[in-house]
Amino acid sequence: MHLVTDVLIIGAGGAGMYAAIAAARAGAAQVLLIDKSLVGRGGATIMAQMTVAAALAEESDDDWRWHLDDTLVAGRGLCDPALAAVLCEEAPLRIREMGEWQVGWARRDSGRVAQVTAPGHSRPRCCYVDFLNTGPAVAATLRRQVSRIDAIRRVSNLTVTDLVINNGAVVGAVALDNASGEPVTIAATATIIATGGLTRIYRRNSASANMGGDGYALALQAGAPLVDMEFVQFFPIGHLAPRLVGMDPIMWDPFRYKLGGRLLNGAGEEFLARYGSEETDAYTTPRDIASYAITKEVAAGRGSPHGGVYLSFEHLPAAALEAAFGPVIERLARNGIDLARAPVEVSPIAHYHMGGIVVDQRMASGVPGLYAAGEAVGGANGANRLSGNAIPEALVFGERAGRFAAGAAPAAGWRDSSAVEAVERIRELGEGRSGTVAAAALLDELRAVMADDVGPLRTAAGLERALDRLGDLRAALGDVAIAPGRACNPALADWFELRASLVAAEAVTRAALARRESRGAHQREDFPDSIPELAKSQRVVMNNCGRIAASPGQ
Amino acid sequence: MTQKPTGQKTAQLSVRRGAGDEPARYDAFCVPFEDGATVLDALLWIRAHRDPSLAMRYSCISANVCKECTLAVDGTVVYACTTRLVSDRTMVLDPLPGKIRLRDLVCETRPSRERLR
Repeated sequence: MHLVTDVLIIGAGGAGMYAAIAAARAGAAQVLLIDKSLVGRGGATIMAQMTVAAALAEESDDDWRWHLDDTLVAGRGLCDPALAAVLCEEAPLRIREMGEWQVGWARRDSGRVAQVTAPGHSRPRCCYVDFLNTGPAVAATLRRQVSRIDAIRRVSNLTVTDLVINNGAVVGAVALDNASGEPVTIAATATIIATGGLTRIYRRNSASANMGGDGYALALQAGAPLVDMEFVQFFPIGHLAPRLVGMDPIMWDPFRYKLGGRLLNGAGEEFLARYGSEETDAYTTPRDIASYAITKEVAAGRGSPHGGVYLSFEHLPAAALEAAFGPVIERLARNGIDLARAPVEVSPIAHYHMGGIVVDQRMASGVPGLYAAGEAVGGANGANRLSGNAIPEALVFGERAGRFAAGAAPAAGWRDSSAVEAVERIRELGEGRSGTVAAAALLDELRAVMADDVGPLRTAAGLERALDRLGDLRAALGDVAIAPGRACNPALADWFELRASLVAAEAVTRAALARRESRGAHQREDFPDSIPELAKSQRVVMNNCGRIAASPGQ
Repeated sequence: MTQKPTGQKTAQLSVRRGAGDEPARYDAFCVPFEDGATVLDALLWIRAHRDPSLAMRYSCISANVCKECTLAVDGTVVYACTTRLVSDRTMVLDPLPGKIRLRDLVCETRPSRERLR
């Protein structure tokens, strides 16, 4: 099958859906919005628990420049100031527009939009819908808007495996139609990568299944550089034990906004002060510092039984818990959790990727015809993302990518011969083949490699070991067995996911090895200090033989 | 299955297999059982360790926001990610009743306007 469109958007989370709306609004006659999962139901947006940062000035005096100041401080000197400024300046526009679309921002009795102070913010700036329901509300609102626009064609379960390049420009893509197992070619004047981040390549993560880093692999293979790839944000207090189902593992965040809570090591001692945090009852420690502190406590043998630390609300009266979280207390009880009687165990969990595709303020990559939006973009958040900046990033960058991609002049025309190799690969693998190993098992191993050696604490020896193991996994791609039967064949989809995730994993690991200092989310045991001269971003590129390399930035 | 999973406790699953309207066939799987483990945990374990071709839908992995992992367990429609495994009897897994079945536990649950045609 061959499709033709003006704007192709790969990934239909918050950034992709906003890009589609903006592209149609800017006059694109045909917008094709596709996702390997279901449109508007996968990705990170729908997983967001609570906070959305924007200088709305509803609760206190505020200005987007102050939001920018906080963003730059959190980024530990590495933010691209122009991208960060776009994010902070336009966040209020997008948040207000979402409000007009009836997303339902929580309001005070006075009618003002409620805003809370999240860690790293100098004032109350983070709005929300409901304390565990912001992401689903944002996703549902965008799905509704997208469905009302005739110019937008949506396709679910379509996995882009390769971008198609003609004369140095991206002219479309080749995709696997998961339902039929057949290849689909897509000719596009402009292509937007909105595939989100790569946190699914870590063992413990808060990612949807479709966040294996595909977009980074596509960009590298098209010749677009990546930036800040060593900076993976670990959400410090991801739920660890007892086993909790039906709730996102990052759900303790809103509890801490409302009630504070205490972080205690395995011996029941408060420990954040040892790592330079002044946190007492309020929830103020930045994510990079908290993740580092927890990981160090566990490494020092002072962890909780399951290898994390305790989060305790035992010092609070049960009535206060009930008042703050009524129905949620019941959901916790069904999981055997009673916060008034016992603490829970938490530990860092891969949550967001600061790094990504290098773009300008129009969200255009250096490759003609190729744009990026949302978490797939690198630069705005530097070495550590400020709480609440991910949803505005999706909306602001999505809007810009859609608007500017819609106005793009055709860079080059579609050429069948440029797509042949990718099309044939899908056909050939879809025939099935014998092998010795399952891609699903290799994906589990990849997640173990990244968690063990490319997590919150890194060393040269560990990173070298990770590169070796990633090389072994890459070699094993040739040994993967694929059962025959094209339709809905997960082994076929897994093979392509593994191929892309290995590229993303190597990009992170090479950048981490090259940065011989500690900064933000990148902590080297062998280089524990931040070095002022290294306060600049690194880029990662792929050459025409597929070799991935990190280089110091400008 | 030939090989028992490592660890002491196990759970038994009987999973409906096959593409389209092929006649009903059930495969038996023995999976590790831990307190609190879910049907989704078991299906992912099968994919990684026993049969990578087992088709199923899932996305958010136990947060219960995507609502993709619906299936029938012992005839009742549930989410795989919030349904706990039991170890004292065999659980029977079927795709959603009344939907077009594509393969194994996957039905056509996409809105009609989101399909390729």
